[in-house]
Amino acid sequence: MTVLPELRARVTVLAGHYGSGKSTVALACAELLRSRFPDGRIALADLDIVNPYFRTADCGDALRKEGIGLIASGFASSNVDVPAMPGDAYRITGDPGLRVVVDVGGDDRGALALGRYAPALLAEGDLDMLGVINACRPLTRTPQDAAGVLREISAACGIPFTGLVNCTNLGRDTDAGTVVSGLAFAEKVAELTSVPVAFSAARRELCGALPDGMRVLPVSRIISHGGIENF
Amino acid sequence: MAEKVLMKGNEAIAEAAISCGCRHYFGYPITPQTEVAAYMAKRMPKIGGTFLQAESEIAAINMVIGAAAAGVRVMTSSSSPGISLKGEGISYMAGCDLPALIVNVQRGGPGLGGIQPSQSDYFQATRGGGHGDYHLIVLAPASVQEMAELTVRSFDLADKYRVPCMLLADGTMGQMMEPVTLGQSGGGTAEKPWALTGTGMRRPHNIINSLSLTPDELERWNVDRYKRYAQIAANEVMYEEYLCDDADVIVVGFGIAARVARNAVNSARAAGIRAGMFRPITLWPFPKEALFARAATAKAFVSVELSMGQLIEDVELAVRCTRPVSLCSRTGGMIPSPAEVLAAIKAAGAAQKGGN
Repeated sequence: MTVLPELRARVTVLAGHYGSGKSTVALACAELLRSRFPDGRIALADLDIVNPYFRTADCGDALRKEGIGLIASGFASSNVDVPAMPGDAYRITGDPGLRVVVDVGGDDRGALALGRYAPALLAEGDLDMLGVINACRPLTRTPQDAAGVLREISAACGIPFTGLVNCTNLGRDTDAGTVVSGLAFAEKVAELTSVPVAFSAARRELCGALPDGMRVLPVSRIISHGGIENF
Repeated sequence: MAEKVLMKGNEAIAEAAISCGCRHYFGYPITPQTEVAAYMAKRMPKIGGTFLQAESEIAAINMVIGAAAAGVRVMTSSSSPGISLKGEGISYMAGCDLPALIVNVQRGGPGLGGIQPSQSDYFQATRGGGHGDYHLIVLAPASVQEMAELTVRSFDLADKYRVPCMLLADGTMGQMMEPVTLGQSGGGTAEKPWALTGTGMRRPHNIINSLSLTPDELERWNVDRYKRYAQIAANEVMYEEYLCDDADVIVVGFGIAARVARNAVNSARAAGIRAGMFRPITLWPFPKEALFARAATAKAFVSVELSMGQLIEDVELAVRCTRPVSLCSRTGGMIPSPAEVLAAIKAAGAAQKGGN
């Protein structure tokens, strides 16, 4: 049996390289918190103001049905989709009873938007700043490159990482071996950055094939353009 | 690096271009193709290449003309409104017989349109898009793997025939992530004795030019160019057929529409309807002979597109109006669902039964 992640902090931030799986992990984290705190208030915050495709904001209706609030620009995917954060985003730092998962835009450019909230998040100190890693992404194929991207992100938003998430996957070609070898890769990034691996993320049906005791966040949904099936 | 990686379609284009020797990229950002430029901006400085964000699309395409004239592999990328801006330069490249890759990751139009996927630049791409008598070779990928492979093929074809090539994708193809195996194809082997590389005082100078004020000379240039187009049409047609041999209804679609169509064909087969799919990979030259051959046995065709009906005209021309061709399309950034395509297959099949 694999073990679920702890997610102890009030605020869980997912940042990382573009396309590493931040939104997917953020969605799964929010679902996990929902099941763990049935009476608590849970929200997912979409801070991605870089890329207007495949955003968490597009899942608003589905999330609300599950009792997960969505903090996102009310204008996302509309005619006035400007790169600006909504006032609602102050709930991330201003509502101490709210558990929030924050989905940050890719790379250092995406992390700039998070910097606005850094002073309050650091002052409160109830924060997990997680760096999402996919060893199969072409520009982060070496632990050095992956560590470099994380350093750029920390510098851009002013928040040091507290943990790493191994989200190594090859889309539909992912198997248990992909996840396990990704963990070894993430451990090397951990050595370079002195930031420990917090957990791995893997499709739910793969979890049974992963080693006993491995800390894994099961993923059951991805954000995609509606209705398209792969070959 | 023959290992498998997870890439966005846009990234696959950029990495594939680099893998086959492209070291010059000139562009201007526009959703949904910006990742091509962003990837090039990261990679090119590390490998001694040139990434330049021009002041406009028009400037970028003229930089492409210059680099192509100097004989190097060069590309630009944009999305629909940006391709319109590049139209003048693309016509000049055709007139100058310059090889280069132009990528169009289409979005909804006309005008500024939207940012969601579309295939409504089909006419623009397959009819040239700018002024004058000319064609582009137009390739339409339907997976991230093909985004990479057809990028390399575009460069090879452009060099071989001295024509600009267009990779015609859409926002979904550009943004979706899939596993890709990238090859290392080297830098292309085409000799370019016409390139402006300096005479070294050892040969007469070359001229790259599309201007001729002598009508009979300009006519001769055009006729010579069309002889090359005929060679391309004879040798370079690419298409994919799926369950067409016994099909009563054949769905025709390219790119993302073909992926939806394939699912609909599978559903139709499960429901006992003999359906098949025909996917043009080269949109110009269009696989008209292969499609016409299918009209001998198929009773009806359905054109599936993300436009108001553009591909359908080539389908009708290809089957020479011997069979009915119906349209199943969405536009403005919408994508036909497999259920909508299945309904169109059923309607086309039922109409034929009723008609016979």
